[in-house]
Amino acid sequence: MKNYLVKQKDNLITFGMVIGAYIIVEILMQAGLISSLLKGLLVPLCAYIILAVSLNVTVGILGELSLGHAGFMCVGAFASAFFSQLTKNSISADWLRFTIALIIGFVSAGIIGFLIGMPVLRLKGDYLAIVTLAFGEIIKNIINVLYVGRDSKGLHISIKDAVSLGLEPDGEIIINGAQGITGTPKDSTFTIGVVLILITLFIVLNLIKSRDGRAIMSIRDNVIAAESVGINITKYKLLAFSISAALAGVAGVLYSHNLNSLMATPKNFGYNMSIMILVFVVLGGIGNMRGSIISAVILTLLPELLRGLNDYRMLIYAIVLIVMMLFNWAPAAREYRDKLLSKINFGKKKTVEAVEGGNEDGNN
Amino acid sequence: MATTNPVLEVNNLSISFGGLRAVDDLNITINKGELYGLIGPNGAGKTTAFNLLTGVYKPNEGIVKLDGEDITGKSTIEINKAGIARTFQNIRLFKDLSVLDNVKVGLHNQYEYSTLTSIFRLPKYFKTEKEMDAKAMELLKVFDLDGSANLKASQLPYGKQRKLEIARALATNPKLLLLDEPAAGMNPNETKELMDTISFIRKEFDMTVLLIEHDMKLVAGICERLTVLNFGRVLAEGPTSEVLNNPEVITAYLGE
Amino acid sequence: MSFINYLINGISLGSVYAIIALGYTMVYGIAKMLNFAHGDVIMIGCYVVFTIVSTLNLPMWLGMILSVVLCTILGITIEAVAYRPLRQASSSLAVLITAIGVSYLLQNVALLIFGANTKSFSSVVTMDPIKLAGGALTIKGETIVTIACCIVIMIALTLFVNKSKAGQAMLAVSEDKGAAQLMGINVNATISLTFAIGSSLAAVAGMLLCSSYPALTPYTGSMPGIKAFVAAVFGGIGSIPGAFIGGILLGIIEILSKSYISSQLADAIVFMVLIVVLVVKPTGILGKKIQEKV
Repeated sequence: MKNYLVKQKDNLITFGMVIGAYIIVEILMQAGLISSLLKGLLVPLCAYIILAVSLNVTVGILGELSLGHAGFMCVGAFASAFFSQLTKNSISADWLRFTIALIIGFVSAGIIGFLIGMPVLRLKGDYLAIVTLAFGEIIKNIINVLYVGRDSKGLHISIKDAVSLGLEPDGEIIINGAQGITGTPKDSTFTIGVVLILITLFIVLNLIKSRDGRAIMSIRDNVIAAESVGINITKYKLLAFSISAALAGVAGVLYSHNLNSLMATPKNFGYNMSIMILVFVVLGGIGNMRGSIISAVILTLLPELLRGLNDYRMLIYAIVLIVMMLFNWAPAAREYRDKLLSKINFGKKKTVEAVEGGNEDGNN
Repeated sequence: MATTNPVLEVNNLSISFGGLRAVDDLNITINKGELYGLIGPNGAGKTTAFNLLTGVYKPNEGIVKLDGEDITGKSTIEINKAGIARTFQNIRLFKDLSVLDNVKVGLHNQYEYSTLTSIFRLPKYFKTEKEMDAKAMELLKVFDLDGSANLKASQLPYGKQRKLEIARALATNPKLLLLDEPAAGMNPNETKELMDTISFIRKEFDMTVLLIEHDMKLVAGICERLTVLNFGRVLAEGPTSEVLNNPEVITAYLGE
Repeated sequence: MSFINYLINGISLGSVYAIIALGYTMVYGIAKMLNFAHGDVIMIGCYVVFTIVSTLNLPMWLGMILSVVLCTILGITIEAVAYRPLRQASSSLAVLITAIGVSYLLQNVALLIFGANTKSFSSVVTMDPIKLAGGALTIKGETIVTIACCIVIMIALTLFVNKSKAGQAMLAVSEDKGAAQLMGINVNATISLTFAIGSSLAAVAGMLLCSSYPALTPYTGSMPGIKAFVAAVFGGIGSIPGAFIGGILLGIIEILSKSYISSQLADAIVFMVLIVVLVVKPTGILGKKIQEKV
């Protein structure tokens, strides 16, 4: 199949791009050309990329709008950080502990995604969006009042305050309400982040090009027709949603094991974060994984590159966002752009069309 | 003629929407291999009848049996698995999937491999996908769509989209194929070609077909028996030539 | 007595949500978009009053009028510049993200002009509190004015939509833009008018909100905006009485949870109730069921 080969090649380009970027960054780092500020951004950036790719499974492949993706990241982050804290002294091999932490993040977020998806995935469009937003906020709020401590008698849980845990004097508080988890082992590195991006891409791209992926996309394109050919709508919606959530959980593990103090603030796990990820997805092209990665990189680095402009940087960010959306999506702007492109690439018109078509899967 | 072997048996099927009886006491028996027509003026309840047969709506009364099995009130998915496939009056393709993938979605329930098999690309993935590709291409060839297999479904011209819908429905390996106005919006040449295709698939796949149609010529040309609906009720039924000469039917079609 | 007090506070907060939700629901009904920037228009309205009254020392009534006027203009401008070009876009997500961009823009403009420090907003209400039951129950003037405003606005809007020509045009456009256009309705003007009304309501809601909760920052409008949207969905989005009921209920649930369960979990409880309502009735309390025609 020609189409099949094109897709495979397309996927290889995506993998190559990630690996290439990794090598360049590593070389620049060796040469001391990367500021410490930028270095500090590398792991979160990897987490954002995983989040964008995983959200694109829900938005681009399943065709449902989710505004609570950060909630799943939050579940993965806290579940895994809790585990790492608990076993910091008992599992001495860092790699083993972190591998288990990753699995815990994946599974816990996946289960929560499944449980949330079951009642709400029958809702449509904006209703689903607001419910996912609500869930994201609920998860964040609950973690903010959760206190868990450990002493010789075992684990103690409270949702009131640290005192009501009733710990023995030598007990330690692991999750301290709004203060979250402090002292998580710093197991995340840029290299691990890149490996996780590659694994995420591997899972997502292979899923898309499979029997399950086709079923999920058929639901996106036409639910009624999908039912008429015997596609189990609930099953495949849940599958896509759970995988999307589980991968967000992995991003959460990466994110939390890079922070000394992990707190569920509105900024890192609230709807603002969910929206930021959604912006990556939409700007990069709905359903286009490579686009998600590129826009996650640009939009994460942009405010940092603009740091010299201080107070104006977020303002510029907002304006750039609006202008890019208008330029990318307004029918009038698209027409103008197409005209321009066909003039420039008069001889290569065919290729332009092919690229455009490939990039805009699922736009209509 | 195997008249003793009905594929579809519908007994006094009825549904009301807010007091309006959209389909009222519908009875149809279709035998294996038959090409049966359901006709009637606009708003007569033809598509509603299809929606009842395929589980989109649940009937208020009546029984639907497919090959002797009671499928009344089952879900669309179960009914498709039991063996009814359909097309839609307003084409419903998976527009951003390729033509090939549209048919492969139709093949979904006949080929299985697990999610893990696809994610880890185990040998079974490649083997099954290859079989699915071959089967899908075979179906596309019947409709002369094999040359467009890699186009997006939305890039096909209108007539070919209708054909693709039929191919997708056939891919589910049905016992009964429901076609909802397959010739709508086609020019006479395309209609003629479509009639040939329908006759061909009926022979080739030994398929039983129930067809909603507006175009009298098409109906007269290929259907053996007809049921005429008017205001949700059966106005006439029987062999095509008889029904089309029925004065009541003529009045219903030509207006008062 | 404390329960009644909480209840009244809940209705008051709910009234603010209801006024914001009315704007949300009208814009959603007609433009079929989540206007994420709606909450930030509220914040801008509050800063206008603050500037006029506290910085320039001009009279309160001038601040109130200017706030409504400027917010109305702002709403119309946002729609014309940022949303209208995307009305025919192939994905409805495009306009959603643009709305988010507008929200960031408004917040950061406010941040640049007024800084991140919390400003203390002076109440626009001058009414004295009412003491009932021999002083056991005190109702603040702000509370009474807020509830009264909400009822007046709700009645006026219902009358406007159902009785006036422009209101009927709105209904027509929200049903079917194409058909409305063919009937000679100016769709662009009608949508502009909707944004104008929604934004002027946002200004009113902002003043009432900040009169009861006087801390004003560039992010003041953000959470109430989200909650009001929740209220609109809760009541059945697109429905004016739905927004009213949803807003009031949301306010009551929030205040009662804060008072009796946990102030930190109040938002979580509000959101949980929303989810339960939607799972039981997927289009909200008063929402219409729309079935796709097969």
